[in-house]
Amino acid sequence: MEILILLLALFVLSLFLGVELITKVPPTLHTPLMSGTNAVSGITLVGALLAAGSDTSPILVNGLGFIAVTLATINVVGGYLVTNRMLAMFKRK
Amino acid sequence: MDQTFVNFVYLVAGILFILGIKGLTKPKTAVRGNTLSALGMLLAVVITLLDSSIVNFSYIIAGVLVGGIIGATMALRIQMTSMPQMVALLNGFGGGASLTIALAEYYSKLGQAPTSFADILTPVVTSASAFGQGAEATIALVSIGLTVLIGAVTLTGSFIAFAKLQELMKKSYGLPGGPIGNAIFLIAALAAVVSLVINPGNTVAMVSIVGLALLLGLFLVMPIGGADMPVVIALLNSYSGIAAALAGFILGNTVLIVAGSLVGTSGLILTQIMCVAMNRSLANVLFGKMAAGGETVDADEIYAGKVTSAQPDEVALILEMAERVVIVPGYGMAMAQAQHAVRELADAMEARGTEVEYGIHPVAGRMPGHMNVLLAEAEVPYDKLVEMDRINPTFEDTDVVIIIGANDVTNPMARESEGSPIYGMPILNVDKAKNVVVIKRSLSPGFAGLPNPLFAMDHTLMVYGDGKKAVIEMTTALNQA
Repeated sequence: MEILILLLALFVLSLFLGVELITKVPPTLHTPLMSGTNAVSGITLVGALLAAGSDTSPILVNGLGFIAVTLATINVVGGYLVTNRMLAMFKRK
Repeated sequence: MDQTFVNFVYLVAGILFILGIKGLTKPKTAVRGNTLSALGMLLAVVITLLDSSIVNFSYIIAGVLVGGIIGATMALRIQMTSMPQMVALLNGFGGGASLTIALAEYYSKLGQAPTSFADILTPVVTSASAFGQGAEATIALVSIGLTVLIGAVTLTGSFIAFAKLQELMKKSYGLPGGPIGNAIFLIAALAAVVSLVINPGNTVAMVSIVGLALLLGLFLVMPIGGADMPVVIALLNSYSGIAAALAGFILGNTVLIVAGSLVGTSGLILTQIMCVAMNRSLANVLFGKMAAGGETVDADEIYAGKVTSAQPDEVALILEMAERVVIVPGYGMAMAQAQHAVRELADAMEARGTEVEYGIHPVAGRMPGHMNVLLAEAEVPYDKLVEMDRINPTFEDTDVVIIIGANDVTNPMARESEGSPIYGMPILNVDKAKNVVVIKRSLSPGFAGLPNPLFAMDHTLMVYGDGKKAVIEMTTALNQA
């Protein structure tokens, strides 16, 4: 139960931090913001790795883990690369 | 690997994500921010791979290879005009990843995981203790149920959004009963979550959540039209983040919660910005049609005999004399792939000493910031891309406004005609400029289905035809002058 309260506190504080941060992002960068946050949400890869790599689990769990790893990796690789591509266009003058 | 150390590294990763988003608050620091964020991701993944419970690397390597190749190919080949489609797909994959993680966690905790397809549906006798003690088990099961629900809605909803943006699905379909039909699906799915919490072994309930939520995602997005996609994409972006944060609760993983909630708030704030820019509530975008206006406005009455059309070289004559020009792009510019041509026209004007800026409405295009990315691709410096609130006061001192592919966001009815469905929507006050040039194929209405009195004003010139061709002809004429 203690841990749950801790996680909940982390969740709520992160939401407030998110509001503070995101409202400062200028409209010009809203598209890179979306693709960039897509990449960040690929953090589910961490959970996916644990599911795909466990040995005691039956094949279904590994299979679901494989799908999760694939999808999360698309988000991580695709998200960061495409964001970088866009931001590089904004940088050059 | 010591769990304390792992959590410490997760904390560092979380900080890098936060610094990454902070970097996005300025174009100059944005690239570095993105790199920091990617570094955080790398750290989190590497430390997880060192976890002792991971012994079987074959599925991981296969998944990373397949996902990496697909992701890199998409990212490097996508055209800037198609960026909304790419983000829609990424939202969907994010939701799908959370969905499958929650399912994997469920079947793994269940112990008696099914070995055949029929087994998936066979209820298992199990006590809630497999998922933790007392309240812990309830929380775990609620988190699993909700992650599956939101993940599945995000998955199918995003694919429909993709199909609409790609114009694979042109019509709008909806459940009979509209919001009520959707509400029934949602309540049924939530009921299945409750029954899963009461009896964790009830695999039928789990499969029902998946099925109902996948359908709900379809039905939620199918009725929504193309021009409302900025709101839908932003909202689905938020869902994918919330699903990731919930997955963090299932696994007790701190970095998932931090990253997920940042993404969740980002999507919600963008959704809010888009709704305000259309003067519509979220409920109205999702479930409502554009209200049929009090008095029907007859397009012929507004346009009859009052519309002046011009050829591109005639426009060039006006541009020659102009000291200040504002270009207002819309989705039509993306459709015509005219962003490079527009930049060349601006170059030609600037070479003559004319001041050129771009007025960007928040909902121009098919996703937040769409126009900015297109113009950045055409190497327009970002300080020339001016947002609505800052460009509006300058229109009175503007000699010429060139509107390319935008319609509703310039319609003065939003400001003046109280009975109009778009009344109250903030618009670009282009009609205050001395001359207005509208490049458009015809007088056809925009998404709101309304005629635009701007087109009939005395100081407005209509240039009919393909946006790219018209702009190139203007540039040529201007360079010869």
